[in-house]
Amino acid sequence: MITLNNIHKSYVMGSSKLHVLKGIDLDIEQGEFVSIMGSSGSGKSTLLNILGMLDNYDEGTYHLDNKLIANMSEKKSAQLRNEMVGFVFQSFNLISFKNAMENVALPLYYKGVNRKKRNAIAMEYLDKLGLAPWAEHMPNEMSGGQKQRVAIARALISHPKIILADEPTGALDTSTSYEVMEILKEINNEGITVIIVTHEHDIAAMTQKVVRLKDGRIDEIIRNGDLRAFRHTYNKELETA
Amino acid sequence: MFDLDKWQEILSTIKKNKMRTFLTGFSVAWGIFMLMILLGSGNGLSNGVASNFMNDAVNAMWIWTGETTIAHQGLKPGRPIQFHNDDYDVITNIPGVETASGRYYMGNTRYSYGRESGEYTTVTCHPELNDVDNMVLLEGRFINDVDILQTRKVVVLGKDIHTALFKEKEALGEYVKINKVPFKVVGVCIEPESTRNRNAYMPVSTAQKVFNGSNRLHNFAITINGQTLEESQAIEDRIRNTFARKHRFDVTDESAMGMYNKLENYIQTMRIFQAIKIFIWIIGIGTLIAGIVGVSNIMLIVVKERTKEIGIRKAIGASPSSVIGLILLESILITTVAGYIGLVLGTGLMELINYAMIQSAGEAAQRGETVFLNPTVDFGVALSATILLVVAGTLAGYIPAKRAASIKPIVALRDE
Ligand SMILES: Nc1ncnc2c1ncn2[C@@H]1O[C@H](COP(=O)(O)OP(=O)(O)OP(=O)(O)O)[C@@H](O)[C@H]1O
Ligand SMILES: [Mg+2]
Repeated sequence: MITLNNIHKSYVMGSSKLHVLKGIDLDIEQGEFVSIMGSSGSGKSTLLNILGMLDNYDEGTYHLDNKLIANMSEKKSAQLRNEMVGFVFQSFNLISFKNAMENVALPLYYKGVNRKKRNAIAMEYLDKLGLAPWAEHMPNEMSGGQKQRVAIARALISHPKIILADEPTGALDTSTSYEVMEILKEINNEGITVIIVTHEHDIAAMTQKVVRLKDGRIDEIIRNGDLRAFRHTYNKELETA
Repeated sequence: MFDLDKWQEILSTIKKNKMRTFLTGFSVAWGIFMLMILLGSGNGLSNGVASNFMNDAVNAMWIWTGETTIAHQGLKPGRPIQFHNDDYDVITNIPGVETASGRYYMGNTRYSYGRESGEYTTVTCHPELNDVDNMVLLEGRFINDVDILQTRKVVVLGKDIHTALFKEKEALGEYVKINKVPFKVVGVCIEPESTRNRNAYMPVSTAQKVFNGSNRLHNFAITINGQTLEESQAIEDRIRNTFARKHRFDVTDESAMGMYNKLENYIQTMRIFQAIKIFIWIIGIGTLIAGIVGVSNIMLIVVKERTKEIGIRKAIGASPSSVIGLILLESILITTVAGYIGLVLGTGLMELINYAMIQSAGEAAQRGETVFLNPTVDFGVALSATILLVVAGTLAGYIPAKRAASIKPIVALRDE
């Protein structure tokens, strides 16, 4: 599904150059539930943006669905984003002057679905996430958890193959975080690849594979049996704390 | 291509960002509104003045005598100059003079008919006076050549005199007494430019004979065939030179003989109005430019304000061209509607003023007793100004829209 080969990325700021990703090799299969962890500034968001075609990379190759993602026109990448990826952000990024239903329906506008039809579909998704009564509410009238569920509904509406979520629970309290993770798990169960960036071990422990970034490189990948150990050590840490 | 869905998206954006819409729209509507008022007032002013001039023959000239103030050929200043009948022959033969009428001043004249009487001005004249003053005959005829030759005792009464002396009665063929001498009424007239019609017209030859005028004349009213300012001034110079030689006064002596040249005055006034019109256009264009700058400023702010929204749209799958379209179409829609509103309000106000003026001034306005007439804007001009503003607003919006479309979604989405 996703194959990264020796990906490098630098940010040029004036005369100085910040080398953020220093050779990332990573394979993610269809239907995986992956979390990316690492200290602040280690390049998690940068990696996720490259995966979501929101940013380009300097070196290496990125294949998505066996297609090489490189040197695309903005129009093409916008279209591909619309077809393949759903985004969920820490700060929700809903359009403030549109109500919940209109926000959810927006990706379908860019797919060319007419207003009536896309609003109906948006209602279905809001209903799935238990937000039907909030359809007419504006973002500033909703709680963080509700807003994040609206954002998830928006990410799902265009039937993406991948959901990319940058700290989706970063602005939420623990119980709301767990609710959101439950939703993401269900989505993953339907076969959609879910990749999240998180700082929280308990959140990461709910995924199937943890990618640890350190200094622009992959430090370790924890999965399967190791993941159980990861959960175990994590729980221990909790107890001793 | 009309994409209903696109317009629905734009309309919903406009509806939910009322302040922004209002600010953009207001600057456009205000620009057009002010332009309409400026142009309308300018037109009203020049129409009004032009119509005032039009009531008399534009190529008219008046000449009168006075006293010399400059010593000339050994003659002392202070010598009175007097026209006589032979001067009338002289002036009619000066090249460029079309028609001429001489006048002998009668002083106060008392008119009476039956028991009614009053004091009115008697204008003694040749038939040609009508070419200069353009009087309108309500009944009968004006003074003619036979009246002059036969020194007939006939008179043409102004409307007000007729009303005062005759009330409702028929006046034609009746005799009125002027300073106790009976004159036959041959016509009733009005002067189109004046609200008062208290002048009576009498053959100048009759006046000289009956009222001891001998062969004296006091002034001439003439029409000339000069079309340009230069031609008309040349004729003026010719007349002045001729009379200066004949009556032996200095050519530069304005008090010995005075002249008023209507064409010269008309052309000069029209030049001033031309200048005023240009000035109004400059202000108008300035207003338009201010409107355009206003729109482009607001567009810049709008794009800045919408950076995040644009980032979200692009992350979700909006192409750069769809972002440009969204912003540009919104600005076109707002400027067009606002421009139209400004146009309707501006021209509407000017039409209203026009209507109110016609209502209140009534007859006076129709006779041209006003400096403000028909203060409306040519529809073509109004429309082109609006289209210009819309086009300019669009161009002004294109640059920020283009910039907005090139914003990278990650930049737009980064939390500050
Ligand atoms: N657009 C940019 N221009 C310049 N530098 C950038 C840009 N985006 C990120 N960086 C820098 O790249 C480095 C990695 O940033 P990134 O956002 O990927 O970190 P992160 O791992 O997501 O951190 P955090 O956990 O705080 O979100 C940081 O030092 C950041 O300052
Ligand atoms: Mg980050």
